[in-house]
Amino acid sequence: MTTSMPPKPETATPKISIRGLVKSFGPNRVLRGVDLDIERGESLVVIGGSGSGKSVLLKCILGLVRPDAGSIKIDGEETVGLGAGARDELMTKFGMLFQGGALFDSLAVWENVAFGLIQGRNVDRDTARKRAFAALASVGLSEDVGALNPAELSGGMQKRVALARAIVAEPEIIFFDEPTTGLDPIMSDIINELIVDCVKRLGATTLSITHDMASARKIANRIAMLYQGKIIWSGPTAQIDHSGNDYVDQFIHGRASGPIRMEVRRA
Amino acid sequence: MLPLFASVGRVFIAFIDSVGRLSLFTGTALSHVVRPPFYGRALLRQLVDVGYFSLPVVGMTAVFTGMVLALQTFSGFPSYVASSAVPSVVLLSMTRELGPVIAGLMLAGRIGAAVAAEIGTMRVTDQIDALSTLSTNPFKYLVVPRVLAGLVTLPLLVLIADVIGVFGGFLVSTYKLGFNPSGYLALTISYLKTMDVVSGLVKAGMFGFVVTLMGCYHGYHSRGGAQGVGSATTNAVVSASVLILLTDYLITALVFS
Repeated sequence: MTTSMPPKPETATPKISIRGLVKSFGPNRVLRGVDLDIERGESLVVIGGSGSGKSVLLKCILGLVRPDAGSIKIDGEETVGLGAGARDELMTKFGMLFQGGALFDSLAVWENVAFGLIQGRNVDRDTARKRAFAALASVGLSEDVGALNPAELSGGMQKRVALARAIVAEPEIIFFDEPTTGLDPIMSDIINELIVDCVKRLGATTLSITHDMASARKIANRIAMLYQGKIIWSGPTAQIDHSGNDYVDQFIHGRASGPIRMEVRRA
Repeated sequence: MLPLFASVGRVFIAFIDSVGRLSLFTGTALSHVVRPPFYGRALLRQLVDVGYFSLPVVGMTAVFTGMVLALQTFSGFPSYVASSAVPSVVLLSMTRELGPVIAGLMLAGRIGAAVAAEIGTMRVTDQIDALSTLSTNPFKYLVVPRVLAGLVTLPLLVLIADVIGVFGGFLVSTYKLGFNPSGYLALTISYLKTMDVVSGLVKAGMFGFVVTLMGCYHGYHSRGGAQGVGSATTNAVVSASVLILLTDYLITALVFS
């Protein structure tokens, strides 16, 4: 259950505004005109089946994939086609939790968490180390874990470290890519609660993508559904069960029969 | 007949496409060498990894190469010229050709493969994307330190390999072929020319650049999990080895013709 209501936007400009976003990989049209606004302080979850383009949407906003057409504005500023230096600068607003954690295996856990501070923001090593250990503590990890290598950790612990890395610099915007995939239900709930806690504490705007409905219900103020490269429904979390949209109904109840036909073979 | 033309065309387009991508990659890497921020710690780590830890393998291949050269020259040349031919052939071959080429090929096997595997794994596990989201340019943090380390350390390794190779020839000549040690050394020094050593070091710099660049390029563009990383590693070593021999010919033709 989501207890907090979506906060009122401070200004009329959405934190992230996406219009007509199109991206194809060869003949495979992944995004076919996505329109989406994310207000300041809002926690939006995009749901959708595997291969529906959720990850590509996230990568387009982060500038990791260049869209074919469309506009992505962050704080009202256009970000499509931004140069490398301006992109690095823009990225200081972001924190990102990758699906597989994407921890640097050549670095110790605390160095992973402190990485963005040391390399990206020029914070000195000692201060960064202290902040890294504080971030690790906030996700329930002790100082001993900080000295280990990521390969020595379980999947759930790796996710926590990745979460600590995403929040340590207290970013304005945090993205979560399938935060609970591959975790047992209890660990999934722990991660969900950590995400809700962190977001509330930082007051950040968040965009998550998932196909885990329990996770979506827990962390979202608003849910949007992506299907065949377009947003087909969006509304407050409380309304997801009464969306009146057959596609959303089929998805949230996990029914094999319905208007959504899963592509067994990749295009 | 049409399918034949189509497949030839496809291969040609794929080739042009790769040349274009490699050129863009090289250009981007070079442009980041001169633009801050610079990652000194990452560079230092690569200098140690590429340079210091390659010393044993480069040294060992150099000593055996020098020893074989002495034996082959002694048995291949008529006996009345062998006494002067052995020191000069060992010295010239090592400094001009075998020192840089063998060290370059060893580096391709040791570092080219390791770089491609490491960066390739980082690519398929989203670690490169993670770098970007942490305001760290992957070219600056991953590619530039490795390429600079290759460019700087291989000439140093080759300088050491030249000395060790000549010493290998000296050992075989004095202990096995009956050469007079001081006479052998005097002949070696008399044949020593700055141009031979410098041309070898220029080659070494180029080879170091090629090896690390190929490792970074193939790793950076690897796709599709373990198999993708495997083929990136193979491609890095094969392309680096071929390019070493091609560059070797081009520089030799330029300097000595």
